[in-house]
Amino acid sequence: MESDSNKIIGEFTQGDYKYGFVTDIDTEFAPRGLTEDTIRFISAKKQEPEFLLEFRLKAFRHWLTMTQPKWAHLHIDPINFQDIIYYAAPKKKHQLENLDQVDPDLLATFNKLGISLEEQKKLSGVAVDAVIDSVSVKTTFTETLSKYGIIFCSFSEAVLKHPNLVKQYMGSVVPYTDNFFASLNSAVFSDGSFCYIPKGVRCPVELSTYFRINAANTGQFERTLIVAEEGSYVSYMEGCTAPQRDENQLHAAIVEIVAMKDAEVKYSTVQNWYPGDKNGKGGIYNFVTKRGICKGSNAKISWTQVETGSAITWKYPSCILLGDNSVGEFYSVAVTNNHQQADTGTKMQHLGKNTRSTIISKGISAGKGNNSYRGLVRITKNAVNSRNYSQCDSLLLGSQCGAHTFPYIQVENKSSIVEHEATTSKISEDQLFYCQQRGIDMESAIGLIVNGYAKEVLKQLPMEFAVEAQKLLSISLEGSVG
Amino acid sequence: METTVQQSITLERMVHLFESNRQVLASNDTALLSEIRDKAFILFGKLGFPDTKMEAWRHTDLKDSLERGYDYYLHPLPEEDVQKVFRCNIPHLDTAIIGQLNGWYVSKEVPLMELGNGIIMGSLAEAKKKYPALVDKYYSRATGDTAEVFTAMNTAFAQDGIFIYVPAGVKSTKPVQLINVIHHYENLFLQSRNLIVIGDNASLSLVHCDDSYNQQASFSNIVTEIFLGENAFLDHYKLQNLNNNSTLISTVYFQLEAAANLESHYLSLNGGLLRNNIRVLFNGTHGNADIYGLYLMDRRQHIDNHVFVDHASPDCTSNEIFKGILDENAHGVFNGHVLVRRNSTGTDARQTNKNILLTDTARVNSKPFLEIYNDDVKCSHGSTTGQLDSEALFYLRQRGIGEESARMLLMFAFANEIVGKIAIPQLRQRIEDMVKKRLQGELQICEQCVLHCSTPEQPVEFKIDMSKI
Repeated sequence: MESDSNKIIGEFTQGDYKYGFVTDIDTEFAPRGLTEDTIRFISAKKQEPEFLLEFRLKAFRHWLTMTQPKWAHLHIDPINFQDIIYYAAPKKKHQLENLDQVDPDLLATFNKLGISLEEQKKLSGVAVDAVIDSVSVKTTFTETLSKYGIIFCSFSEAVLKHPNLVKQYMGSVVPYTDNFFASLNSAVFSDGSFCYIPKGVRCPVELSTYFRINAANTGQFERTLIVAEEGSYVSYMEGCTAPQRDENQLHAAIVEIVAMKDAEVKYSTVQNWYPGDKNGKGGIYNFVTKRGICKGSNAKISWTQVETGSAITWKYPSCILLGDNSVGEFYSVAVTNNHQQADTGTKMQHLGKNTRSTIISKGISAGKGNNSYRGLVRITKNAVNSRNYSQCDSLLLGSQCGAHTFPYIQVENKSSIVEHEATTSKISEDQLFYCQQRGIDMESAIGLIVNGYAKEVLKQLPMEFAVEAQKLLSISLEGSVG
Repeated sequence: METTVQQSITLERMVHLFESNRQVLASNDTALLSEIRDKAFILFGKLGFPDTKMEAWRHTDLKDSLERGYDYYLHPLPEEDVQKVFRCNIPHLDTAIIGQLNGWYVSKEVPLMELGNGIIMGSLAEAKKKYPALVDKYYSRATGDTAEVFTAMNTAFAQDGIFIYVPAGVKSTKPVQLINVIHHYENLFLQSRNLIVIGDNASLSLVHCDDSYNQQASFSNIVTEIFLGENAFLDHYKLQNLNNNSTLISTVYFQLEAAANLESHYLSLNGGLLRNNIRVLFNGTHGNADIYGLYLMDRRQHIDNHVFVDHASPDCTSNEIFKGILDENAHGVFNGHVLVRRNSTGTDARQTNKNILLTDTARVNSKPFLEIYNDDVKCSHGSTTGQLDSEALFYLRQRGIGEESARMLLMFAFANEIVGKIAIPQLRQRIEDMVKKRLQGELQICEQCVLHCSTPEQPVEFKIDMSKI
């Protein structure tokens, strides 16, 4: 069994990244490096209003005073922030009205990824705002959605068409001073998605965006802003795959969610950026600041993430539970293999009365991967009768990997209950034996057990994503047992 | 200058103190110890005192404690009533008692006792002179290069403390009670160093008390190194009963050789600011360490338990259970860190922290942290913070037990998971009583002592009106 599993690990670790290809599209680059001029260039390129340029410059000036944080359990090669191209946009030939006008190369790229715009449009009822590199290429279903008053468009478009909304909410959850990478993003963000659900509207479709890093040496800095007005509901999906590259690519995104009274936002992510090759060369550096605020009472924000890609993942989708009775949820599956490193988790800030939060985190480490859960549960003095339940389990496959848990628990009143539990172990040999005894081969048995292990999280995903996520998990982990 | 008076603790003061008194500090040192002392001083200077921006001190702010003025003595103070120190013993318990007053060994008879079975107990300063080879072999071996400022400062300044040596194969029958008493009429800053060596197949039962006799403020920086040889056993109790103006930084390094077995109990019943650094290193296979902690804090008391278990060898097991009840404005911090190294297969590590908050002004920070680099492990941790179970409370009240008594019973039951692990019956009885008293808020300061130690023992009972049941 030992040699079997070694063989399987070998096969697996030598497997190539399935989505590694480059689409040849003309791109327009900003000059390499970051100065105020770069920011003015980006802003001018996007014909942004004055307030946004000001915001960017303020963020940039603040960023200059900061240093890259070192507290995470990650080994990061020094990043030369002056050696990055901060803006790249596919050259627009002319304004697009329908799918036929989209660059066929782009369409082919999506098709290779299994994301067919046509199919999604026709069959699955999903509105797709596809982002290649930094500029939104095609937005579908906008018309259908606008019937409900829902605004779903690229961030640049929102800046031009709905400047007041953007001005009101941008930076209100993640201020430009928040952290090193958030400041960087605030200074140079290229594009992203904007979503506004008016009062009392239940968004009829799952909104989704696919991000994809395409041009070499291009940092991608998206910014997503979701505003759910009183009593509204939206389910938003984000997914990524990136082509194979030898140089590390930087990715620093911001997601902000504002949920008003009685609103509910469900945010799901499947992240599958290029993780680097089996020697740890290349791969995406993924530094993401995601935060939602439950502003009104009874609001709910739910984060679900499946993290299988990136050489480095630094990501803590968080909830500020400000409104009374508001609810925050975090479901996560994070897989690290080869030399991948992930430091991910959540922060639940309980400020309102009777607030509740649930954290389910499942880490899977294989190869030489290092997987850390880092979470904070903070119950402030005023958050009486609050409740938190956290569970963060780690599964280790192979003797070279690492799994770590850094839970921070802070309770400041007597009526709240906080529970945290975690276990770390390898795949149970009993379970493997049981499966094999019944004629299930090693590889399938592991797939089965891992999928069962992650099921609690996977079942939170919207149907469209659940299939992809399960496939990803199986691809990532088949057979890697020590 | 042998003494500095009523100054706050700063790097400058300590550097000056060291440089102008280097000779006095190192007067009993062997060549090796002297070298270790100088190295530690350099490290201390480099590290400086911690602030709350440092991860290890995030929730424990030493600013106020360090800024107070303290006397610092480079020689033992004359004590009119030495017997006072030994008053703090446990009734009906036959122990060998060694006393420490303000960090200095207090000799009842001789500075170093050599018992018939080869056990050596007494002053570390004396041991340095009498058994230089033995001290050289172990001193500072467990602390190693730990970049911890209070350990470095202690190594640089420590002059005296307790030395216990249990030779291989010797099973100590009597528990040893180590009483460290602080008694001074001015604020006092003290540093003492203990070295305890338990040989292969030997065993020892050690009760280590930290007490203060009056309400005077104090700052203690105490480092203890404990070595457990192969298959050795240590039953270790740490009782902390200091006044509300005292700051105690207690760092204990346990180093366990193959198949060594450690049972450690940390019972913190009183103290202004208590910081327990507990570091366990498995230096051989099949070691076992059980570390239990109980803290009952109120007023503005602060307790910080920092437990680091280093699974550096395969097939070792560790189990941590820390439970606390926090009342009024008390602040409890638990920071558990289990490190399972790459080759430590067959590791089994558990970590539990449970807290009960009785008021809205009490606070808890819990960080049960696991760092694992091997897949052949079983590790778990759990942390809960909440209040007394309302259903259990209802159950008791339904049966005629008054609310106050019911709460006491439940709290006592909560604490009893730790108290019940005490293996010495007399000590368990005593701690049970103390916990009961503490929960009833009766553990007030008498004129002499924090603990009613000298008062005759009266069994403590919960006031439950049996006739109503």
